[in-house]
Amino acid sequence: MKYRPFLISKKYFLTAFLAFFCLFGAVMAQDVHASHEGESAHIESVSKEHGEEKFNITEFIFHHIGDSHVFHFWGEGEHWKGLYLPIILYTHNGLVTFSSKAFELNDDGSKVVEVKGMRFVQAHGKIYYANEEAEHGSYVSHEKNKKGKDVITNERPLDFSITKNVFSVFFSVALLLVIFISVANAYKKREGKAPKGFQSLIEPIILFVRDDIARPNLGYKYERFMPYLLTVFFFIWINNMLGLVPFFPGGANVTGNIATTLVLAMFTMILINFNGNKYYWGHIFNPPVPWWLKPLMIPVEMISIISRPFALMIRLFANITAGHILVLSLLCLIFIFNSLAVAPASIFFAVFIGAIELLVAFIQAFIFTILSALFIGMAVEEHAADHH
Amino acid sequence: MDLLTPEIGLLFWNTISFLILLFLLGKFAWKPVMKAIGERERSIEDALDAAEKAKAEMSRLTSENEQLLKKAREERDLILKEAKQIKDQMLKDAKDLAQKEGARLIENAKLEINNQKAIAISEVKDQVSTLSIAIARKILESELSDQVKQEVLVDKLLKEVKLN
Amino acid sequence: MGISLAAIGAGLAAIGAGLGIGKIGSSAMEGIARQPEAASKIQTAMLIAAAFIEAVALFAVVVSMIS
Repeated sequence: MKYRPFLISKKYFLTAFLAFFCLFGAVMAQDVHASHEGESAHIESVSKEHGEEKFNITEFIFHHIGDSHVFHFWGEGEHWKGLYLPIILYTHNGLVTFSSKAFELNDDGSKVVEVKGMRFVQAHGKIYYANEEAEHGSYVSHEKNKKGKDVITNERPLDFSITKNVFSVFFSVALLLVIFISVANAYKKREGKAPKGFQSLIEPIILFVRDDIARPNLGYKYERFMPYLLTVFFFIWINNMLGLVPFFPGGANVTGNIATTLVLAMFTMILINFNGNKYYWGHIFNPPVPWWLKPLMIPVEMISIISRPFALMIRLFANITAGHILVLSLLCLIFIFNSLAVAPASIFFAVFIGAIELLVAFIQAFIFTILSALFIGMAVEEHAADHH
Repeated sequence: MDLLTPEIGLLFWNTISFLILLFLLGKFAWKPVMKAIGERERSIEDALDAAEKAKAEMSRLTSENEQLLKKAREERDLILKEAKQIKDQMLKDAKDLAQKEGARLIENAKLEINNQKAIAISEVKDQVSTLSIAIARKILESELSDQVKQEVLVDKLLKEVKLN
Repeated sequence: MGISLAAIGAGLAAIGAGLGIGKIGSSAMEGIARQPEAASKIQTAMLIAAAFIEAVALFAVVVSMIS
């Protein structure tokens, strides 16, 4: 191939431009993140005391993509409207349940709730055992860790609360059940006939999962994994889409939460390893490489057991979270410039990114499912032992 | 960092919800849906196969029909040909017969005519001879009245008779 | 200080991933232009390859977030 000067060819220029844009974004995100870690401890109380003192974009964004014990609809302060979700804690003295209303929306550790002789406070959406004594009006103690970041050192009970994300997961599960059981009933009712109505919207997607995801990767064994692939595909997709809806019951960042993606990736990992045949394990413990490479390759192969689901987890989490951060940052530009004149441009870009996010919502569901199918397919693939 | 540490509660509820979803959808949604889709695909395939078969059958029947028709046509042609042959034969026979008959009739007629002619001639001869005799008698009567003439006549007749 | 180093690391990863995904995209385009009838297969393969590269970049971002 002829040598092309780097950065002169158009496509490389475009690539580099995008890369710099990403770099800029990453730096900004880092700074924003850092400032959040460092100074956010008292921001909320400060901003509450002084009214609209200074708009903290990091606080705002991380509050929106994070989890919460309440489901906020609209309004602030007096006009706050939302859903108080139940708090379920596994404490030293067993299970404790109470409504999050008890905290009165306090999130800086200054409101203590006493249940069963135990005292709890809420700080940054998390529940801690409260200190005996208040310190600057707060019942949690802070400490700088070795990287210079402020962390709360109080002990935490195991938090099994129905948080905003859990609520959203339940909602999406209910939605999926309603949708697909009604579709299944339509199939039973119209047996052997062409699909009709909602059924004909769903059927191409099911066929897409079967013909473009399962069959090419799993071969003739695809039928056994269809339920998992379909469930995971629709679960991710509907949660991605619900995450894009800015108001109740959407708006929670379910698939952009590491716990959700961790669970999904874990299921894929379990399926891969429980279905792996002797060729799969043979490839890991006796890779087809020269003997002197084996000490190197076996650990690498064993790491790949973990690294593949880990990549699945990070990919979904990072993509969805990045999308949310992007949309929120664009909207926050209005408040950063503190001018309505920015609003049209900001909203235009937010809508544009929102449209892209709709595509990403589908693509990420597709990628997660097809990679799961691919990895499972590699684990169950039958081939001659001397192959490779 | 906060974003990257999974909360135990979320893990717990996500696992439970996903397992329940997987179980319920697998049992009540995917199973009937996949079954229905599979069955429909199979039935469509069967229908297509059947159509293909029917088409083959149809073409087979058509070709059979055509063959039958061809055969019938051939047979018809054969029969017609035979009939024509028979007709020709018959015509020829009839003609031959007629000719023969005609010939025979003509022959008969000829014979009859000849016979009749012979009879007629003999009758004419008789008549002529009778007449001749009568005439001769008359003549003789007249002739014989004259002696000379008698003799001449006798001579003459005799000469004639000799000549006969 | 450590923060900006991490950010530079994330940015480098983004450059790498950007180049990689750009290369995949251009090759896929060429492939589709050559064989438009194979477009859907090429797209699927492209998405998978892009996902793998993206994962590396995301690892880098996560590492820089942790550090």
